[in-house]
Amino acid sequence: MRRALAAAIGVASIAAAVVASAEPPAGAAACSGCHPASTRVTSPVPRLAGLDQAAIVRAMQDFRSGTRAATVMDRIAKGFTDAEIQAIAAWYATQR
Amino acid sequence: MKAGRREFLKLSLAASSAALFPVPTFAQGAAPRVVVVGGGFAGASCARALRQANPRIAVTLVETSATFTACPLSNAVIGGVRELSAQQFTYERVAADGIVVARGTATAVDAQARLVTLADGARLPYDRLVLAPGIEIRWGALPGYDEAAAAQMPHAWRAGEQTMLLRRQLEAMDDGGLVVISAPANPFRCPPGPYERASLIAHYLKAKKPKSKLIVLDAKDAFSKQRLFQAAWAELYPGLLEWVPLSKGGNVTSVDAATRTLVTDFGRHQAKVANVIPPQKAGRIAEVAGVADRTGWCPIDPVTFESKLQAGIHVIGDAAIAGAMPKSAFAANSQAKTCAAAVARLVTGGTPSAPKLINTCYSLVAPDYGISVAGVYQPSGGQLADVPGAGGISPTDAPRATRSAEAVLAEAWFRTITAEVFG
Repeated sequence: MRRALAAAIGVASIAAAVVASAEPPAGAAACSGCHPASTRVTSPVPRLAGLDQAAIVRAMQDFRSGTRAATVMDRIAKGFTDAEIQAIAAWYATQR
Repeated sequence: MKAGRREFLKLSLAASSAALFPVPTFAQGAAPRVVVVGGGFAGASCARALRQANPRIAVTLVETSATFTACPLSNAVIGGVRELSAQQFTYERVAADGIVVARGTATAVDAQARLVTLADGARLPYDRLVLAPGIEIRWGALPGYDEAAAAQMPHAWRAGEQTMLLRRQLEAMDDGGLVVISAPANPFRCPPGPYERASLIAHYLKAKKPKSKLIVLDAKDAFSKQRLFQAAWAELYPGLLEWVPLSKGGNVTSVDAATRTLVTDFGRHQAKVANVIPPQKAGRIAEVAGVADRTGWCPIDPVTFESKLQAGIHVIGDAAIAGAMPKSAFAANSQAKTCAAAVARLVTGGTPSAPKLINTCYSLVAPDYGISVAGVYQPSGGQLADVPGAGGISPTDAPRATRSAEAVLAEAWFRTITAEVFG
């Protein structure tokens, strides 16, 4: 019984660690204010879930430098560092 | 990475079969309880984000109304180019997430006992409480403006019946009438809202009642997206819309509802239709819970949104003093998700990490003419501060195609955010 309990606690802490690593990194949760989380929403703004990590990074860098035309993303991209952009892109790439 | 995921899959299968056998309750621990008060953009977003972050958290959402009426785009309803039904949402999908939606009004909070009481006597114990009560009108702060006066001179600053009242008054007005809007001093819900409203009323008057005049009496000398609004007004509504700033006698010092008169230090304006946007404060429960300070708004920690006045109570949305973040629906939603992540960690003994938040706020100057302001925020010096170099307003020299693109984006934003919060 004690052994089963220890195993259960062990599993719970591993599960908790996995859940924690699946948490959106700083800034990522805010994107869905404009980028639809749902596939049922019609919008000219693309869904980010499942996009290629490198493509998101590239887009953010181009918005930030002004080489890609934008209405609002140029202003938003300037608020994120390279490391933050990498983390957000990596997280969205794993979402579905 | 792949092997790790497979390993995890095996473990979770093992875990779920273990769950078939009786496990002592102390091993599982009691589910953390979070109560969220207020089902607007902040509260409903937070309730859903909490369940998403950790489905073990028992989330109760307390909301007075069965139907939520959204403020963003409600100025288009007033201007006659949108219907109120397009602003309305219910809580069925929120409840389908496993959130207990408690229809009722929170009337008391015992921060020591960690207990919320509803008007019907129901008592809701919590481990963490999130207050998202929006705004309350400061009745009487503007002499002559009380709840009875609002039936004559609508504020329409909480969407619903007031929105329709203002629209009907405009529709009933004869061509050539004077419409007056009074805008309050900062801070208040939706900083560009009074000016978007003025724009869309001017759009209506220009098309339907072109001999009419619209005056905006302002308690300020500057406002959100000012250069963009003023350039658009000069282009679209010359001679129709006049903005009177504080320094030119714009500050309304009293009103008389019976005659629809607005009094300033410089004179009196007798309107055919008067829209008084009055001074505001955090929703009532904030004061009851002891989380509002002398300003009427709620100071919070910029990482967790926990009240600086009461432990265990978090405040999000319009009610919060969120530093550089404006009181907007986008900001409320962004704060809600940040707060949910922090609360999900706190109730399981974890430590919240430093957040980054965004605001994007569209205004319509005409149905096909949109402008925006954006910002990125992070905790700095105990406040939420602008990330230097980021954010700002739409370019002042943008071509008309950009303005129509932003009008399309404004409506797309509304569909997206309401789908996330209520859909």
